[in-house]
Amino acid sequence: MIPTKTKFDLKLGMATREAFGKALVEAGRRNKDVVVCDADLSKSTYTSLFHHEFPDRFFSCGIAEANMVAIAAGFAYAGKIPVAASFSCFVVNKGFEQLRVTVAYPKLNVKIVGTHSGISIGEDGPSQMSVEETALACSLPGFVVLSPADEVSTTALVHAAIDHVGPVFIRTGRMKAPVIYPAEQKFEIGKAVELIDGSDVTVIATGLLVAEAIRAQEALEAEGISVRVIDFHTVKPLDRETITRAAAETGAIVVAEEHLIDGGLGVRVAQAVAETHPCVMEFVGLHDTYAESGSPEQLLDKYGLISRDVIAAVHRALARKK
Amino acid sequence: MPGPISHSKIEPDSFTPFRRCSSSASCKIEVPMMQKKTVPEMQVIAKRMRREIIEMIGAAKSGHPGGSLSAVELVVTLYFNEMRHDPANPKWADRDRFILSKGHAAPVLYAAMAESGYTPLDQLNTLRKLGSIYQGHPDVRFIPSLEASTGSLGEGVSLALGMALAARLNASPSRTYVMLGDGEIQEGQVWESAMFGAFHKVDNVVAIVDYNGIQLDGFVKDIMEVKPLADKWRAFGWHAIEINGHDIPAIQAAFQEAAGTKGVPTAIIAHTIKGKGVSFMENNPKFHGTAPTPDEVKLALQELQ
Repeated sequence: MIPTKTKFDLKLGMATREAFGKALVEAGRRNKDVVVCDADLSKSTYTSLFHHEFPDRFFSCGIAEANMVAIAAGFAYAGKIPVAASFSCFVVNKGFEQLRVTVAYPKLNVKIVGTHSGISIGEDGPSQMSVEETALACSLPGFVVLSPADEVSTTALVHAAIDHVGPVFIRTGRMKAPVIYPAEQKFEIGKAVELIDGSDVTVIATGLLVAEAIRAQEALEAEGISVRVIDFHTVKPLDRETITRAAAETGAIVVAEEHLIDGGLGVRVAQAVAETHPCVMEFVGLHDTYAESGSPEQLLDKYGLISRDVIAAVHRALARKK
Repeated sequence: MPGPISHSKIEPDSFTPFRRCSSSASCKIEVPMMQKKTVPEMQVIAKRMRREIIEMIGAAKSGHPGGSLSAVELVVTLYFNEMRHDPANPKWADRDRFILSKGHAAPVLYAAMAESGYTPLDQLNTLRKLGSIYQGHPDVRFIPSLEASTGSLGEGVSLALGMALAARLNASPSRTYVMLGDGEIQEGQVWESAMFGAFHKVDNVVAIVDYNGIQLDGFVKDIMEVKPLADKWRAFGWHAIEINGHDIPAIQAAFQEAAGTKGVPTAIIAHTIKGKGVSFMENNPKFHGTAPTPDEVKLALQELQ
């Protein structure tokens, strides 16, 4: 895809969870079959907005995520388009058995939205931080797994998820996210967006790390390194064509995500690279660890998820490429 | 994977000629429905289904005879008397639905669906074999007219409640029935869903507990006691009815009472005998999950003449 713009001001916009809540209301207006289930976190997931406008189509499930996921499956069996939302760590982990047997196995039209993903939720600490849900969601056959970076992509992908027939998981965050896209940007499930063209190395990023990849590119450009930056808003199905082209044209790939490296986007990209066009790869993510309490900025710094870490990974990749 | 089953070869005689569905504004078309069978007719079907269950599990050499046999009268009464459904039009939006949450009792469901005309009777003995539509546990990918894929215990009531709330949103008269095992209710999700059902006043759902007192490892009282069962459901806000689960008129009366119960969902605690109908299987934990040998099949079929 043609780069959408060459300079990014990365001004803080809405959190992706808030963009989800607003887009959901719009989806509810467009389609009366959309119903919403929430597990006592509607103020945090912003499904409270939907509740306010469509009280008859909002179902409070209490603090019972396993039941919530299967209630959503029941709605889908009967032709509704259920959206079940909670913190990622709760809906995916506590609901995983139900995601597997009641949603993925019969391949139902259920949308699961996880908010408060990653370690950037900050002070609440690791019990509330979801760092494994990409791996879990991607392990479910037939699931589409989305990980938008900003409010524009979140809004577009929520609508795409509602229109898609089949199970979808959307990963959203708590923090306000830098705006990357112009409002009119188009998105397609399974089609990555090449934000910046480059020839020495490719940085594939998702979620909050897309902005960090852009910041890294600006610094690396000053060093004379040409970096291609791609937003993988869809983790599954993987845009293998874009990966293969990046591997062939730049010969080195860095993958950056706010997730455990095990089972994350990086591992999935590495599989595609291994199968199509092997090249040097480096990974930015959580290395087999949980985080701790702290401010989001402190945690992202301490656990190596900022532009500095992307820059270091690019240097490592380029050193190995030679 | 086999494609969807053709439902076009249903004998027209098995239906009443077009009964009007008048109770819903959304149901304007005339639809044929299953003819309501009499109690003696249902007793005949029940005995035939017991033979089919023994034969198919015997042929499969694996499966769960005990909990299939205990549920026969309950399932027969649903499919041949209580539910508004139409094997010629399995996706009729306003149909009543049945979910077998205790999915391991698939043979009783397969026998009822085949006897109703949804699926081929002559393939029942392919149960559990590669390529069979009669999978080890109910699987909608193989039988699209099934209401839900089940097999992992504790999930069916949630599914039923979702379906029933969808019916409420659609102003549909559809009612949803879900059958659980007594061991199954040890699963925590059952009680999450019980709370949900009462809170949302889902009175178009009926949960039926096949209370046969035996689970895989032995007697329920020795594994994890579930008493007092009816009181548990009442404490969670459900209307609870206790019946003999082999007494067809009592089952019919319970369904009627459930239909008249407004504002709360109903749980029918059906006291049953595991392995019912085959002397050496009755109340015998061995036959929770063990197939009869060829000799045992012969013996069982003699008893079920």
